[in-house]
Amino acid sequence: MTLPHPVEGFFEEMGRFFQLVGRIFAWTPRPPYDFRELFRQMVKVGVDSVPVVFLTALFTGMVLALQTFSVLNRFKAQDFVGSLVALSMVRELSAVLSGLIVAGRAGSAMGAELGTMRVTEQIDALEVMATDPVHYLAVPRVWASTIMLPLLVIMGNGVGILGGYLVAVVLMGANPVSYLDRTFQFMDLNDLVSGVVKASVFGFLLAAIGCQQGFYTTGGAEGVGRSTTAAVVVASIAILISDFFLTRLLF
Amino acid sequence: MPEAVKIHIHDLHKSFGSKVVLDGVNVDVVPAESLVIIGGSGTGKSVLLKHIIGLLKPDSGTVEVDGQAVEKLGNRQITEFRRKFGMAFQEGALFDSMTVWQNVAFPLQRLTKMSRGEIGDRVEECLTMVRLEGVGEKLPSQLSGGMRRRVGFARAVAHQPEILLFDEPTTGLDPITTALIDEVILDLSDRLKTTSVTITHDMESAFRIGDRIAMLHQGKIIAEAPPEEFRRLDDPRVQQFIHGRADGPLSEETPARGPRDSKDETGSTNEGEPAGAGARELERS
Repeated sequence: MTLPHPVEGFFEEMGRFFQLVGRIFAWTPRPPYDFRELFRQMVKVGVDSVPVVFLTALFTGMVLALQTFSVLNRFKAQDFVGSLVALSMVRELSAVLSGLIVAGRAGSAMGAELGTMRVTEQIDALEVMATDPVHYLAVPRVWASTIMLPLLVIMGNGVGILGGYLVAVVLMGANPVSYLDRTFQFMDLNDLVSGVVKASVFGFLLAAIGCQQGFYTTGGAEGVGRSTTAAVVVASIAILISDFFLTRLLF
Repeated sequence: MPEAVKIHIHDLHKSFGSKVVLDGVNVDVVPAESLVIIGGSGTGKSVLLKHIIGLLKPDSGTVEVDGQAVEKLGNRQITEFRRKFGMAFQEGALFDSMTVWQNVAFPLQRLTKMSRGEIGDRVEECLTMVRLEGVGEKLPSQLSGGMRRRVGFARAVAHQPEILLFDEPTTGLDPITTALIDEVILDLSDRLKTTSVTITHDMESAFRIGDRIAMLHQGKIIAEAPPEEFRRLDDPRVQQFIHGRADGPLSEETPARGPRDSKDETGSTNEGEPAGAGARELERS
């Protein structure tokens, strides 16, 4: 039985993805451990993404406050703006938006970098020098991203709440003390944990997909362009779909 | 027949999609021999080389190195196996995030137990050998194409492998540098008894370094002889190639030259193989 081309392509991609994930887990415990490269990737994925994640979270928090203020005001529940902004950020938006943004920044860079290495035979050269490309290239990138995304998200939580506070208190004239009270009143540790767990899953996904697209690049400069785009598109879709299932299954 | 065979290739077939690249290649290389493989662009020379080192897997047929069938090696064995080899790629394939020095040191760090000092000395020695003293701190992007290729060459020979594979080591280099690289190849096989397989379309260089020359055409070895004999072979295809004539049996057999060919000449990688065919083989290891 032959499958239609797009269906076959989909299963091929999925197969490659899970194969790569399997190899990442298999190689991770094996020496040599390249902590320097891990650290370098943590800087690239994490530290370098701080400004854009900061801005995204700030304005998302501000817009949330604006929107919920005008809606809640209609039934005199504007006191709860703080709770709404904080819970939305912590449980959901901070993780998803950071994931999408880091996929655009760092996931695409991985696709482009590894793709270029593939088409210029650098990956062949690694193999020839008895170095497994998954071990050497994918392992540090994937774990760096898995570690750094939760940290970015924790920062995003704080910044988003700050953004909401600024709009509600400074712009809309809400009472600062009761706003802050409401912010933390309904929040428990579970909310924070759920956002952070999601973030690390997204971090893993976006890096693994970026690496996969890079490794399987074909066809010169044009191919590198395709891999870069695919790294962002596929990772974004994966983040959004897995977000639904993570929310449904775990929390 | 020679008593010992270093590399034994028997009835090797490889296709990419519907394109047949290798169609029953048979060739042996004896220890300390320098075999040169010639052939037009897109005839699968690079693909053949990649089979020897296990980067590609044959569809059928065998490649044996020191009696070991390459395609049957497992993950761990292939790492051990590859220690025997040094390979220089067409465009150098230098790691562009590393300096020249780090590039040449890479195989020493990965494949040998040398101390830092020894590695430093060896890197200097290799860079001097290809006349690139003093560029160690530069990044590959700061070098010319010819210099990158020479660094790739230095990196391939750094850990003193038993077998060297050269994918067009001198294409696009000036005549003096070409002669220099040829000398180094000759010296390695004389002094260290290194076995080498070199791919080239530079006939002058082929006659200089080859103990034996083989011509690959349409996926088969169509001629194979020591240089002097090779020069005198009657096969009109061989004669056309040696003398670089535009008209002859080779031009008639090859389909009209399309954009693909011109791309090859400007130095695209992976000739005869859809770029990234290696990617498909990632599943392998």
